[in-house]
Amino acid sequence: MTKVFIPGDAAALSMGADKVAAAIRSEADKRKLKIEIIRNGSRGLLYLEPLVEVETPKGRIAYGPVAAKDVASLFDADFLKGGKHRLGHGPTEEIDYLKKQERLTFARCGVIDPLSIEDYIAHGGYAGLKTALAKSGAEIVKDVTDSGLRGRGGAGFPTGIKWKTVLDARADQKYVCCNADEGDSGTFADRMLMEGDPLTLIEGMTIAGIATGATKGLIYIRSEYPHAIAKMKQAITKAVAARFLGDNIQGSGKNFSLVVRTGAGAYICGEETSMLESLEGKRGMVRPKPPIPALEGLFGKPTVINNVLSFAAVPDILAKGAEFYKNYGMGRSRGTLPFQLAGNIRQGGLVEKAFGITLRQLVEEFGGGTHSGRPARAIQVGGPLGSYVPVSQFDMPMDYETFAANGAMVGHGGIVVFDDTVDMARQARFAMEFCAIESCGKCTPCRIGAVRGVEVIDRIIAGIERDKNLIVLDDLCQTMVDGSLCAMGGLTPMPVQSAVKHFPEDFDRPPVARAAE
Amino acid sequence: MLTKPEASPDGERARDVCSRHGNRPDELIEILHEVQEQLGCVPEAVIPVIAKAINLSRAEVHGVVTFYHDFRSVPAGRHVVKICRAESCQSMQSEALCSHAKASLKLGFGETSADGQVTLEAVYCLGNCALSPAMMVDGELHGRVDASRFDEIMAETLSEATQ
Ligand SMILES: Cc1cc2nc3c(=O)[nH]c(=O)nc-3n(C[C@H](O)[C@H](O)[C@H](O)COP(=O)(O)O)c2cc1C
Ligand code: SF4
Ligand code: FES
Ligand code: FES
Repeated sequence: MTKVFIPGDAAALSMGADKVAAAIRSEADKRKLKIEIIRNGSRGLLYLEPLVEVETPKGRIAYGPVAAKDVASLFDADFLKGGKHRLGHGPTEEIDYLKKQERLTFARCGVIDPLSIEDYIAHGGYAGLKTALAKSGAEIVKDVTDSGLRGRGGAGFPTGIKWKTVLDARADQKYVCCNADEGDSGTFADRMLMEGDPLTLIEGMTIAGIATGATKGLIYIRSEYPHAIAKMKQAITKAVAARFLGDNIQGSGKNFSLVVRTGAGAYICGEETSMLESLEGKRGMVRPKPPIPALEGLFGKPTVINNVLSFAAVPDILAKGAEFYKNYGMGRSRGTLPFQLAGNIRQGGLVEKAFGITLRQLVEEFGGGTHSGRPARAIQVGGPLGSYVPVSQFDMPMDYETFAANGAMVGHGGIVVFDDTVDMARQARFAMEFCAIESCGKCTPCRIGAVRGVEVIDRIIAGIERDKNLIVLDDLCQTMVDGSLCAMGGLTPMPVQSAVKHFPEDFDRPPVARAAE
Repeated sequence: MLTKPEASPDGERARDVCSRHGNRPDELIEILHEVQEQLGCVPEAVIPVIAKAINLSRAEVHGVVTFYHDFRSVPAGRHVVKICRAESCQSMQSEALCSHAKASLKLGFGETSADGQVTLEAVYCLGNCALSPAMMVDGELHGRVDASRFDEIMAETLSEATQ
């Protein structure tokens, strides 16, 4: 029986993967050919989705993007044996885009059946937990610290240090919370991992629980991700049945349980204290820090909060050692980051590489330039609170410190490309508008400042007292930076001021010309 | 005589949902999602019922309902069309898609058609940014949506309704 892999990943579904799967099934039946269809995750070559793979003696052969109408011709070309076809790409692992990556966190994503524990273990899964179960909490925390892993959710705080605080805290109950709110535009790595290799997240969180003495875990997933929510819930059920979750995990005497919680369409709930409020059933109002969540988090108890990708990096660190992970990267940015190529880009997708690769390499060598074919003009890195990077800075290496030194942010690794038709004054306006829509409302500089920001930029765009209003905008941004409780208000000036600084000409265009566009 | 909210069928169902969640206040968001799934929205009238069941004040429950974009006070149309307006989709002309959608559905964002068929909404990122512009129709995700794809998807969606 030939195995055919057709991704069940939401991005693949968005390009018709279900219709392709149905067409392949019915065509095979019609031709009396025996096939087994596996709904894997995505390999991350999203520009080729739906990417259909066939298992052959020479390895897996890729075809894509496949539409339902191509299916008959694929059978005619004997694709079940890896036959030649205009949509063929040869062996999947040999496709440049994939071959040039350093897949650690995403090693299994798109390869295995996401809900098969056997498949997971056969591909190295649960080796990390096994190592962890033979260690003390302090030893596990040391491994994570030594690996140099920093939080992948945006702020880049060392994960091991956070875990140590929770480990050292005394309490009758501790929690592990996974931040899967992934609200940043241009990011989808959390989603892909939860849909394509959910057991890796479960394993990482279980290790965090065992390391810190937390017995309860919660995964906060945004409601915009129904597919990821469903997959995570199914994977938890499987893990419980196989005794990798619950009481007495694998006979170790250790307990760890996990539940999924659904967000409700609030970007601010990605901020960790807002997420905690939401997990407690409340309005997502940001809490002042201190106290830090590691000491007083969920229900006031010590809580590990990490991003999906931070937890997902941990099993490999335990299985292969801190040194192994640390050997990737540059400076104080160790390991790999799953970069997400998005926006106006020809070959969008997920590219996992060690830190140190440049923005230009990612966008040109992997991304193949813009989708429109026009020159790239700006790249927003790190989500809606990240800076717009101009062409002159495209050669910056992806590294937390280099980006910070240049007034930019790596964040969650989202890379959104804009071509030369972009109007940067409009983008600056949107950043303020987004902050106004999504502000939790707790502090004035953010709540009122963002609304004022939209008005001021509108006046600049309309050509009203431009010089004066640019100064007002600058003051307003400074007030937001200085006076906001959290990074929502505190970082919104990043995209705004980077746009003004690097693209001043867009703030000085005749208003009539703009209106006529 | 006015029926008490608890005694109304909606109140009954809301109370059931709460009790299935152990009447736990920390599960309020899950409760509201489920109530909305069953009733199409979170009607003002069930707020006191939920509040009583999970031992919170009405004001607290009301505050939560209004804080989150997901919860509605009136039911949406039969079909909910969500178009992404965030940066990645902007870079791929989502604004043109939005204008096309508004014109062809004759709706603004947040509006429902008079026949109750379609609600149009703006969202900020659907996690499909490598295949922008993106939209979601009745929970189904679509990528690389231009005006003609939009028309196809809508035609398909609306014909399902009449079947
Ligand atoms: C407005 C705002 C939104 C955020 N959204 C997310 C998010 O969607 N996912 C995430 O992991 N972290 C997000 N963060 C960062 C979290 O506050 C927190 O730093 C992170 O979850 C910690 O995990 P890490 O150390 O593994 O990165 C956000 C922060 C702010 C200020
Ligand atoms: S900066 Fe904005 S989002 Fe953050 S706490 Fe203040 S009002 Fe809330
Ligand atoms: S509130 Fe307007 S700038 Fe502070
Ligand atoms: S920005 Fe539109 S899907 Fe992410």
